[in-house]
Amino acid sequence: MLGYALRRVLSAIPIALIAVTICFFILRLAPGGPFDGERALPPLVLANLRAHYNLDQPLVVQYFIYIWRLLHGDLGPSMVIEGFSVSRLIAIGFPFTLTLALTAFVIATFVGLVAGMIAAVNQNKWPDYVLVLVVMIGVIIPNFLMAALLQLWFGVYLRWFPAGGWVNGSWMHLVLPVTVLAWPHAARISRLMRGSMIEVLGTNYVRTARSKGIGQRLVLARHAIKPALIPVVSYLGPGLSYLLTGSLAVEQIFGLPGIGKYFITAALNRDYGIVLGTTILYMFIILALNLIVDLVYAWLDPKVRYR
Amino acid sequence: MPNTVLTVEDLSVTFALHDSEVHAVRDMNFTLTESEILAVVGESGSGKSQAFLSIMGLLARNGRATGKAMLGDINLVGMNKSQLDAYRGKDIAMIFQDPMTSLNPSLRVRTQLAEVLVKHRGFDKDKAIRAAIEMLERVGIPEPAKRANAFPHELSGGMRQRVMIAMALLCQPKILIADEPTTALDVTVQAQMLDLFKSLTQDFGTALVLITHDLGVVAGVADRMMVMYGGRAVEKGKVDDLFYDPRHPYTLGLLHSTPHIAHRAARLDPIQGLPPSLEHLPKGCSFNPRCAFRFERCLIERPPLTPTGEGREKACFYEGELSYEKVA
Ligand SMILES: Nc1ncnc2c1ncn2[C@@H]1O[C@H](COP(=O)(O)OP(=O)(O)OP(=O)(O)O)[C@@H](O)[C@H]1O
Ligand SMILES: [Mg+2]
Repeated sequence: MLGYALRRVLSAIPIALIAVTICFFILRLAPGGPFDGERALPPLVLANLRAHYNLDQPLVVQYFIYIWRLLHGDLGPSMVIEGFSVSRLIAIGFPFTLTLALTAFVIATFVGLVAGMIAAVNQNKWPDYVLVLVVMIGVIIPNFLMAALLQLWFGVYLRWFPAGGWVNGSWMHLVLPVTVLAWPHAARISRLMRGSMIEVLGTNYVRTARSKGIGQRLVLARHAIKPALIPVVSYLGPGLSYLLTGSLAVEQIFGLPGIGKYFITAALNRDYGIVLGTTILYMFIILALNLIVDLVYAWLDPKVRYR
Repeated sequence: MPNTVLTVEDLSVTFALHDSEVHAVRDMNFTLTESEILAVVGESGSGKSQAFLSIMGLLARNGRATGKAMLGDINLVGMNKSQLDAYRGKDIAMIFQDPMTSLNPSLRVRTQLAEVLVKHRGFDKDKAIRAAIEMLERVGIPEPAKRANAFPHELSGGMRQRVMIAMALLCQPKILIADEPTTALDVTVQAQMLDLFKSLTQDFGTALVLITHDLGVVAGVADRMMVMYGGRAVEKGKVDDLFYDPRHPYTLGLLHSTPHIAHRAARLDPIQGLPPSLEHLPKGCSFNPRCAFRFERCLIERPPLTPTGEGREKACFYEGELSYEKVA
């Protein structure tokens, strides 16, 4: 298992490098730049600025400078806001974004798994139909619409939770944004879990387990859940990265202090430094998540370890 | 007089389909005594597996069983699952058709064995694992302690079937149902496996139900035999009697379509025609479309299973001599 983990970590390195390269060039080859303001800058100032950020060097040289800094843990400066940098942005906003996404992730995954299981065990009975309905709502309503509906109903009409904003960080402010983020995720997880659980419950080995008289609870807990999780786990990695990116938009809608606000402003201003740095940060997170998923996979399905 | 361990009365199994139902098993009756080996034979789809799955409470969701399967004075048919769990795995165990998929791929062999003893014998985990390893040794698995730590995919098919046998015998059950236990294995392993069944069930006094469509497996292993066709038993009796003097044309046909046994005929002859569709059984005797001995009555009336002396029963109106020349 340890050897397998090490192999997987090593094989992630070239993938990370390739991904960084692609991000870098796509962003830099796009038209427009950080200093195309409404008011043209004097040529001398512009030249100074470009020299300061190495934008006067050939692109390939810039690329190596960027990689060099990255290897030293420097994700680069902002090119629009003096003295601001990606590291600073991460320090200010990322803990919040991560908290929001992880809270939604944990709740949604748990709810999704349990709901999927209940639906599978009660296949084609009322709990199953209720789930189908709730899942459908989560999947078909886009998050901005869901956000608006929840804000109106629970924020404005019922006044149970604040409709937006962030005052001294009470958890009440997180309820609606977490719901908006978590719902579609929980919906997908429960659908996956229901399907794979139904499949597993029909397998010969579950029949064997039942034939041993060990009881419904052990049959489910020991024999069915672990193999049923396999297809679900492969969705968790991508699922969390959707939540992390989805969180950016939800923060904006609810006026929350994550990196969403900075990222969206930076993208509009073509602030290469911030956009590239954030993108690469996300990429690393996604790679790490995939790695974790693969390791969990190897634990769930012993056959994987020996390949 | 050996003890009766299971009495099955009027056992029927029906499956609900969208707008109809199929009767997979109808009015099955038999008894099992201690240490006895009963072979249940018949073509694919004749209801062999469903009959015994129903006794184990393992029918598919759309299946219903009626009738009785008395284990002592307890009726297993229609009992709720949690009550049934007190008996299955302990007094009555089952080995399934496909050893490759019948073990849980994500659990170690020792876990899958030990849980039976933890549940039914109240052993703690360590003791259960030790007992499981002993049983693995008993079914002829080399290096049992090492195999106990393996996952199923690390074992060969024959080895997995031995694990299944060990699992079923852990609690020395009164009844063991083996559903085509050797079909998926190659011929040399088949023979070993049959010997193993025979010796272990004798040791434990376990009654064995051997479900198979291969009469070659039955010869030399089983004591009694029940032949099934279209969901019903059509002939019952001692194996030797049925082999040397079959009284139902279907039994005769089966014998002549089995290599090694069709010694009286010069060649091997499969039974003409196809096994019946359970949804469209013919009127009268289900076997009549394929029967060389049929006469008018067979097309109108269904022959009931009736005793013919010497502990034999058959469901056939034909009373003349059954000879293979007539079939061919
Ligand atoms: N869930 C189900 N719904 C409807 N019909 C079913 C279901 N399960 C089994 N059957 C039908 O029951 C009949 C008997 O099946 P069974 O498995 O007992 O056959 P078998 O004698 O064991 O055959 P084989 O030798 O192929 O194992 C088959 O015709 C099958 O189509
Ligand atoms: Mg079968």
